[in-house]
Amino acid sequence: MSQSKSASLMDSRILLPAIGGAFKKLDPRSLIRNPVMFVVAVVSLLTTVLFLKDVVTGGQSLGFTFQIILWLWFTVLFANFAEAVAEGRGKAQADSLRKTRTETQAKLLSSEKDTGFKLVPGTRLKVGDLVLVEAGDIIPSDGEVIEGVASVNESAITGESAPVIRESGGDRSAVTGGTQVLSDWLRVRITAAAGSTFIDRMIALVEGAQRQKTPNEIALNILLAGMTLIFVLATATIPSFAAYAGGAIPVVVLVALFVTLIPTTIGALLSAIGIAGMDRLIQFNVLAMSGRAVEAAGDVDTLLLDKTGTITFGNRQATELLPVKGVTEQELADAAQLASLADETPEGRSIVVLAKEKYGIRARDMQTLHAHFVPFTAQSRMSGVDIDGSSIRKGAVDAVLAYVNQSAAGAAVAGGGAVATIGTRASSETIRDLQSISDQIAKAGGTPLAVVRDGKLLGVVHLKDIVKGGIRERFAELRQMGIRTVMITGDNPLTAAAIAAEAGVDDFLAQATPENKLSLIRDEQSKGKLVAMCGDGTNDAPALAQADVGVAMNTGTVAAREAGNMVDLDSDPTKLIEIVGIGKQLLMTRGALTTFSIANDIAKYFAIIPAMFLAFYPQLGALNIMGLQTPQSAILSAIIFNALIIVALIPLSLKGVKYRAIGAAALLRRNLLIYGLGGVIVPFVGIKAIDVVITSLGLA
Amino acid sequence: MTLNGWLQILVYCGIIILLVKPLGGYMTRVFNGDRTLLSPVFVRVERGLYRLAGTSEREEQHWTTYTAALLFFSLAGFIVLYLLQRLQGGLPFNPAGMGATEPDLAFNTAVSFVTNTNWQNYGGESTMSYLVQMAGLTVQNFVSAATGIAIAIALIRGFSRASGTSIGNFWVDLTRCTLYILLPLCIVLTLVYVYLGVPQTLGTYVDATTLEGARQTIAVGPVASQLAIKMLGTNGGGFFNVNSAHPFENPDAISNLIQMVTIFAIGAALTNVFGRMVGNQRQGWAIFAAMGVLFLAGVSVCYWGEAAGNPLVHALGIDGGNMEGKETRFGIALSALFAVITTAASCGAVNAMHDSFMAISGMIPLINTMLGEVIIGGVGAGLYGILLYVIIAVFVAGLMVGRTPEYLGKKIEAKEVKMAMLAVLCLPLAMLGFTAVATVLPSAVASIANAGPHGFSEILYAYTSAAANNGSAFGGLTGNTPWYNITLGIGMWMGRFFVIIPALAIAGSLVMKKTVPESAGTFPTHGPLFVGLLVGVILIVGGLTFFPALAVGPIVEHLALGLGQTF
Repeated sequence: MSQSKSASLMDSRILLPAIGGAFKKLDPRSLIRNPVMFVVAVVSLLTTVLFLKDVVTGGQSLGFTFQIILWLWFTVLFANFAEAVAEGRGKAQADSLRKTRTETQAKLLSSEKDTGFKLVPGTRLKVGDLVLVEAGDIIPSDGEVIEGVASVNESAITGESAPVIRESGGDRSAVTGGTQVLSDWLRVRITAAAGSTFIDRMIALVEGAQRQKTPNEIALNILLAGMTLIFVLATATIPSFAAYAGGAIPVVVLVALFVTLIPTTIGALLSAIGIAGMDRLIQFNVLAMSGRAVEAAGDVDTLLLDKTGTITFGNRQATELLPVKGVTEQELADAAQLASLADETPEGRSIVVLAKEKYGIRARDMQTLHAHFVPFTAQSRMSGVDIDGSSIRKGAVDAVLAYVNQSAAGAAVAGGGAVATIGTRASSETIRDLQSISDQIAKAGGTPLAVVRDGKLLGVVHLKDIVKGGIRERFAELRQMGIRTVMITGDNPLTAAAIAAEAGVDDFLAQATPENKLSLIRDEQSKGKLVAMCGDGTNDAPALAQADVGVAMNTGTVAAREAGNMVDLDSDPTKLIEIVGIGKQLLMTRGALTTFSIANDIAKYFAIIPAMFLAFYPQLGALNIMGLQTPQSAILSAIIFNALIIVALIPLSLKGVKYRAIGAAALLRRNLLIYGLGGVIVPFVGIKAIDVVITSLGLA
Repeated sequence: MTLNGWLQILVYCGIIILLVKPLGGYMTRVFNGDRTLLSPVFVRVERGLYRLAGTSEREEQHWTTYTAALLFFSLAGFIVLYLLQRLQGGLPFNPAGMGATEPDLAFNTAVSFVTNTNWQNYGGESTMSYLVQMAGLTVQNFVSAATGIAIAIALIRGFSRASGTSIGNFWVDLTRCTLYILLPLCIVLTLVYVYLGVPQTLGTYVDATTLEGARQTIAVGPVASQLAIKMLGTNGGGFFNVNSAHPFENPDAISNLIQMVTIFAIGAALTNVFGRMVGNQRQGWAIFAAMGVLFLAGVSVCYWGEAAGNPLVHALGIDGGNMEGKETRFGIALSALFAVITTAASCGAVNAMHDSFMAISGMIPLINTMLGEVIIGGVGAGLYGILLYVIIAVFVAGLMVGRTPEYLGKKIEAKEVKMAMLAVLCLPLAMLGFTAVATVLPSAVASIANAGPHGFSEILYAYTSAAANNGSAFGGLTGNTPWYNITLGIGMWMGRFFVIIPALAIAGSLVMKKTVPESAGTFPTHGPLFVGLLVGVILIVGGLTFFPALAVGPIVEHLALGLGQTF
């Protein structure tokens, strides 16, 4: 799918089929979904019939009428074309997905303890069936891992070639049909019936087959239908006004006025805008389960973000070494580095790096030192190294203190030896010093790690959650959009507050549990706010379901994926911010083109009204401020402009109006200027230009 | 245009601006049921009325109940008024011995007063008995005004209340408005008018002998009392046929100023009531500002057109502005100002003949009316009318900031848009629809006084005035024919109730919604940007609807005049 991301707007693979699609969509059953364009098609048909009658009976100015009718039909076709192009982009993606859904053979197990398997076609699998998937096999359908650990290539759906780990239990137990197991094996319980798997749903979504009108789209359609009715009144009453003045106006001219006045531009592009919005998310590797979810994203007031991975890097890093009194920093750095040499955790590595970069102590080789590494255990909550008879430990402050007391007591019992005198060195003064240092670190949101060498307390390593670069600016931007950010973390309130302040989030939820997460969402919603969050674990499912926009990580559990209304294929929680932007862009594009469409009408009146009444009210020629050559060319220019502007705006409707986080008032001023004022001016220029061209071509 | 003329216009605007806050504050207290200065006087009467009606001030209504009560009340008012006219010959207070009004005229008049339109196809002094004028017309002048205000208050509650179901109690709103606002102000105004020389008597018409020795019957009657509510309630129905151009109905510049001020007073103050009730007075001022921009634009064009005068008359060597159809005691500036006020505010009283205005300045009253009477507008009707435009403006513009549109924390969704469009749609349906039929109906065309575009404007003006519940007449059109009586009656009915019902439906839908707290993502609706947007939407939606009709009416007439043609 990553290849099709770059499918450009002018890709002939999309444009050519779209031309055919435009004609296919003339089917009344598909036209009726779009009230404005349906009306245009009806009046086009009406004038065509009248024209054919005129041809038979020999009417006047047939050439002019023919051209008008031609452009009326073009208006309908251009609208269909816009929709077909938007759908075409989705279809291209669907086709590439379909290729991955090849016929697979499944290794069906009869029970959890079954050691043998039966080969059946993947399509015959039912929900609840157990299958075995081994290295090299394609996973036959969506399911949940009940046993085993394996690396899986999910590039078919994510476009990401690096394999991911799937294992039973925990938050990485969901597997997707169509992905391939690279190593080891899995036993999988099938959770989706054939035809309703994740890939099937993705295909349906990107093709727009299940597209339903969103609430906002329905409201906008009502507005457009209302405007259309107003213009029915405005034009249908003209014949009697003309009759009163002793004249008559040809039907085709009335139809031309009517079609140019009704909001055809936005009417034609409305569904393309909606499809393109979904599509833009897909290009971001996010699947929205409904258009409603995309719209809701634009409205989000509160964003719940997990601390780890979104706001901070997943792991803490050593930033500082703070020795107790009587110990030099160099001494502490040396011990801390030695204790961490064999420690492969990110925290351990960061200590080695810090000692090297800040204190110039080069990492030494464990082998040559004849050192013995003591790994971290849940009981000791320390790790360290025994080297040349001396032992160095680092760990949680209380664990290290307990260790010091214990070894002092042990030494007292054993009596004598090098270790015996050490215990007494850990005076109460040193302990107080150590504790005050570590308290300070905790207050600042960091994690203190005490270091001890042969029972002598040396000092503390400051491990810190590193806030991602630029995240502060992102939150400031969100604040500009009017969105409140809430950081969710399992940390204690003290640590959480410090990180929240550093990252610049508006609020935080410390010691978060699924329950208080859910109640936070409910609380916000009761204040009339819309909440977005992302999550991956099964215990996130209730909150994901409750949130207005729930983005489930693709790596997450089946339950989480079912509960959310969006799935992020890249499992990148930072994307919530982009998702909000895309939702806003969708609504903005609709608003901008509606404004543009309505503002266009002013110029069209000035083109058509003087031309229309010229025969019996020549004084109205004064309204022909564009100086259009003849009444025919004026009317024709207006209708041509009206049709061509649809095509001209297809790229904008697919790309969307750019969202800028500059505050609502500034944004509105900007868009009103571009699409409102621009919408008034552009058609004056455009109609005049078309008039010059068609008169020089002798068309009117 | 003269400096003096502009000063008079500016003084008028200043008085209105000064009135907005105190009157708005008082009205807010009245509708919130708070204690006011007049509570000791009226509270017993008020409670007694509720007991009589079997309701209480604590009882609240769902929007459907509210609407049903309102419709029932209007229907009852219509029936009473119709019967009073038909039976006036046998009823008391009829010194001039007026006979029964014709059925079609009685229908037209009854609809006209119940809908706060006061379109008059009759001459008051030659058709209606004192009883009909006082117990029929004046009563409706009070309660139709109070009804309009009640609807506006109900719609405001839709915005100000959250997660509720009820929008107030129609009977309570109606009673409070009449008792605490309209009645006391009218008593004061009546006394002032009497002091200024307006008759207030139940005596018979006076016979006089003129200097030439001819006998003349001078009509008098209870004029001052009807005059007070005619202006304050933006009713506009004159006691006399020539309305406020008559010296007994508008003796001098002072009475003229009071009349102009009282037309706008309640409508302007309602914007402040709106602001106070939604908890931010600036929201009210923004709406007032949008109205003000449209008003000043209208006054400027109208005054300019009249002051510039008629080029054909200038060609004859007579300089100056257009004085045809104007009273010399008011002059050009005050006649133009009055015309704009009365059509902006859905009042319809006149102190000059709009038919005699220049084409371009006569177009301003027409446009004011076409926009649906939202520039201050009829009492209550102006506010709920402009709020319908606000919903449309916010819907389109709100999308452009990338959120589901919201106004005052209430999301504007399909239901609100549907109802607002319905209301906006019914006006051109009545205005343009009936005009289109009338202009090709020979019997209807026979009623017009002038040929060509000017005659067209007369018909267009009549239906526009009716549907917008304005009631002013362009003049020139003989409206008292069965065709006009009935179709104008239907137009007034459509223009009133096809707007009221959607407006109350919106109130009912909004009141149930939560109020979304304001954030940086919601665009402010109290600044100049919003005012500009609202003005633009009103002009574009209104302008686009009526451009063809205006083109073949006043516009072509104006252009023809430039070429030396008249109709």
